[in-house]
Amino acid sequence: MTGDGAGSVYLTRRYRFSATHRLYSDALSDAANREIYGKCANDNGHGHNYQVFITMAGPIDPVTGMCCDLDALDALVRERVIDRYDHRHLNLDVEDYVDLVPTGENIVRRIWDLLADAGPRTAAGGGQAASPRLHKVRLVETRDNAFEFTGGPSGP
Amino acid sequence: MNKASAPAETTLTKTFEFSSSHRYFRAEWTQEENERVFGACARPNGHGHNYLLDVTVKGPVDPVTGMVVNIVDVKAVVEDVLDEFDHHHLNHDMPYFKDRVPTTENLAATLWDLIAPRLPAGSALDSVLLREDEDLAVEYRGGA
Repeated sequence: MTGDGAGSVYLTRRYRFSATHRLYSDALSDAANREIYGKCANDNGHGHNYQVFITMAGPIDPVTGMCCDLDALDALVRERVIDRYDHRHLNLDVEDYVDLVPTGENIVRRIWDLLADAGPRTAAGGGQAASPRLHKVRLVETRDNAFEFTGGPSGP
Repeated sequence: MNKASAPAETTLTKTFEFSSSHRYFRAEWTQEENERVFGACARPNGHGHNYLLDVTVKGPVDPVTGMVVNIVDVKAVVEDVLDEFDHHHLNHDMPYFKDRVPTTENLAATLWDLIAPRLPAGSALDSVLLREDEDLAVEYRGGA
């Protein structure tokens, strides 16, 4: 059993990064970009304090009483997501968005893909419980905007 | 009841949000010197924040309206000021940070200078508190 089954618990941890982005598609005319994305298409971009809520699902390890090794999860998220995005311009500095508009929708799916194989089981548990698996990614862009992804077929 | 000659002042605070990008950089320094002082904030293409601005206005409470100031008037002034900043790059899209680093400190003082002279008669700006993120805030109260 790997998460999500009967007896799974869900653990959510918050991470943060600050980044610039610009919503602009080269596949659209300049006028269409302005119409669709409004001020988000302004030439030099703007920024957000993004919050990423990572939810892991898994059974409770009978020895440790935990479903997930938080230190291992922190290290994974930092290495794969935060170091990649924090204090950067998503369009210009991050290869993920060379051909992909960094909307909240696309960012949350990309973060899912970056973490999809993560399964940080508790180190001291000796493998008595199955590894947790990624259950949900929630990306909060502003106080009023949030995006969630729980997996599914990739690609447009 | 207070003495009639000096009605008690009350402060009123309204919070605004705007999103901007910025870069900490001094043109006369090398990239290495900038990164030594400013760290990740000096990266060439900048980064961004959701800023929260607390605008605090002070004045006596009008006995008729029960208000220090009509908040609708304050909102109009501040939103007009912030329109220049919201969804823009602080270094590139406006004149204030051509020779000054767009730190939270400098941005708070700039916003004070833009908001203070435009507030409705009878009210005065008491402070601006600018939050760059939930862990960092700068307060500015003007000065000579």
